Amino acid sequence: MAEANTILKVTSASCRFDVSAPTLSRLFSHEPRRILRAVENVSFSVQRGTTFSIVGESGCGKSTLARMVVGLQRPTQGMLDFKDIRRADGSVGPPRVQMIFQDPYASLNPRWRVGDIIAEPIRELKLRKDEGETATRVGDLLEIVGLSRADASRFPHEFSGGQRQRISIARALATEADFLVCDEPTSALDVSVQAQILNLMVRLQKEFGLTYLFISHNLSVVRHMSDHLAIMYLGRFVESGPAEEVFGRPRHPYTRLLLDTIPDVEQPNRQRRPMSGEVPSPIAPPPGCAFHPRCAQAVERCRTEAPALRREGELEIACHLA
Amino acid sequence: MNAQPALLSVRDLRIVFDGRRGPLTALDGVSFEIAPGEILGVVGESGAGKSLTGTAVIGLLDPPGRLAGGEIRLSGQRIDNLPGEAMRKLRGRRIGAIFQDPLTSLHPLLTVGEQLVETITTHLPVSKAQARERALNLLKEVGIPAAETRIDHFPHQFSGGMRQRVVIALALCAEPTLIIADEPTTALDVSIQAQITTLLKRLCREHGTAIMLVTHDMGVIAETADRVAVMYAGRVVEIGPVEEVTRRPRHPYTAGLMASIPSVHRRNAHLNQIDGAMPRLNAIPAGCAFNPRCGFATDFCRENKPGLPPSGHAAACHFPLREMAHG
Ligand SMILES: Nc1ncnc2c1ncn2[C@@H]1O[C@H](COP(=O)(O)OP(=O)(O)O)[C@@H](O)[C@H]1O
Ligand SMILES: Nc1ncnc2c1ncn2[C@@H]1O[C@H](COP(=O)(O)OP(=O)(O)O)[C@@H](O)[C@H]1O
Ligand code: SF4
Ligand code: SF4
Ligand SMILES: [Mg+2]
Ligand SMILES: [Mg+2]
Repeated sequence: MAEANTILKVTSASCRFDVSAPTLSRLFSHEPRRILRAVENVSFSVQRGTTFSIVGESGCGKSTLARMVVGLQRPTQGMLDFKDIRRADGSVGPPRVQMIFQDPYASLNPRWRVGDIIAEPIRELKLRKDEGETATRVGDLLEIVGLSRADASRFPHEFSGGQRQRISIARALATEADFLVCDEPTSALDVSVQAQILNLMVRLQKEFGLTYLFISHNLSVVRHMSDHLAIMYLGRFVESGPAEEVFGRPRHPYTRLLLDTIPDVEQPNRQRRPMSGEVPSPIAPPPGCAFHPRCAQAVERCRTEAPALRREGELEIACHLA
Repeated sequence: MNAQPALLSVRDLRIVFDGRRGPLTALDGVSFEIAPGEILGVVGESGAGKSLTGTAVIGLLDPPGRLAGGEIRLSGQRIDNLPGEAMRKLRGRRIGAIFQDPLTSLHPLLTVGEQLVETITTHLPVSKAQARERALNLLKEVGIPAAETRIDHFPHQFSGGMRQRVVIALALCAEPTLIIADEPTTALDVSIQAQITTLLKRLCREHGTAIMLVTHDMGVIAETADRVAVMYAGRVVEIGPVEEVTRRPRHPYTAGLMASIPSVHRRNAHLNQIDGAMPRLNAIPAGCAFNPRCGFATDFCRENKPGLPPSGHAAACHFPLREMAHG
């Protein structure tokens, strides 16, 4: 990977939560501390202007990782390092990072007009010199995301789910963001609206050279969006690499099972055999390879020894056999 | 096609909400049939009227919603005008229900065994002991591991996927002929989702139960349903065998919907998108409700509401797509 183009480098980042009972009651009941390993020893780098995706079932640590990247959650170990970038206007500095959430409504103040929601970061960061310029910028942003300038005077509840997601994208762009962390941005949307938002995101990436950390549990959406991706299971990366390689030739048994399990409208398989079992608790993950209770290939060694991430070209795989 | 008499027949169903600003039509002449043992998928974007249709069939429609026309028949018998008590008997006995959130169907303070036994004894002439035996068998059948001990656990002690299995067991208690499953896997992880749809398919096959499977996931439909009804703005816009509808859609909305699904097999530069959004109930366009979003709309479409022809694979469109760009 071209180091020169790296915008974010994450090194051995972990996030553990102490989910023990309150200290006093724990002392009386002699319960041990309970540590939840939400993200465990994760390393990757993201290239500027590309999309790096994180996929996995719920609870595997995607949102926690996203929150660490935007700085809403401190890693308990490891480092997240943003590299300085040179922008089109000549300025140099660390990338501006913004987050897009699954539920845009929860992140938009319902009592504010859309124009004020988008103008807030512009005023806050003093990105325009007066109210007139700010209003012009807000109008431009609304048009950039496919809304109309007149929408500035309306309230969030007057918009559909897809339009609200456009508003939150406009607000993120208002900060002149370079790096967007998108946590399941289309998971609450209908497919036809999802297509609108994904197309918009692809267009904005090209137009403004944006970098995306894209989080989703939907493999088709991830295939559509990603340059690189990582598959997470119980807080760890089990496989990562260029999207075309991982999808073209999935190696890790979990990746393969995930791909085999999702219903496919293009090539329906009415005899599909589902993956067995459920995701175990991250408080007491299985010993050895955490995936072994669900893995058909598991051998004795898998039950005792955790597989290390092994590099193969641009791929990384954590499996004794793959 | 129609050799087998329908198990469920819904004709011209209209549901209206009486609001402060007058009545709003939420279902506008919905018609479809389900044969015994058949899985009918019902798809469409949120707000299309899928849940309302299911709710009306189970007889759980609450005010301000009301049936304003049409009829619902189960094995030929009208069930939309049954008095409350008769409908309650029918529900559970002949129609089971599974909802997106299993907790809506489960009592938090009763063990799953108590709930199953209660439902079984309500509908079947069996003793408590026989009911418990049946409850245990049902839990085993829906794949609850260690059912002998789990039967005495409370709903909160189960994972989301296991809870949905319990709800399926509850729905099966009285061997209903029809199950209404409204987004039964939407809240579940992909790996669990596949387990639940596989289970539903197996039960349907082994017990001959018909299922009305409401979902917004075309993939689930393609792999699970025998036939599919596509809904838009309170109407069925296309209905037919699942392979035909997904491979050779005739309604522009279905075609657009299919084309907007990203592929897991290749990366496309651009996704087909249907511009705009589904209209709200107070702003449903005249004529064909899809006309503002349709690339083929003419003035005729804006004035005349297209009907759904009574054929095997039918689209409610004045200019249904021919087999052309497909395949
Ligand atoms: N603030 C927190 N305190 C305790 N546990 C947490 C906290 N945030 C997340 N978790 C736990 O960390 C794990 C990963 O959660 P999350 O990152 O939200 O997963 P995902 O986004 O992949 O669904 C889950 O088991 C979750 O319950
Ligand atoms: N209690 C209610 N009051 C008013 N409108 C309702 C009510 N319940 C549903 N609706 C409306 O009926 C339409 C169909 O809803 P629903 O059947 O839930 O759609 P779907 O399940 O396809 O997403 C929607 O426009 C919805 O807003
Ligand atoms: S290490 Fe063993 S259990 Fe884990 S994925 Fe590989 S084969 Fe399966
Ligand atoms: S009736 Fe007209 S507007 Fe409606 S779907 Fe057909 S072509 Fe489009
Ligand atoms: Mg999350
Ligand atoms: Mg619904």
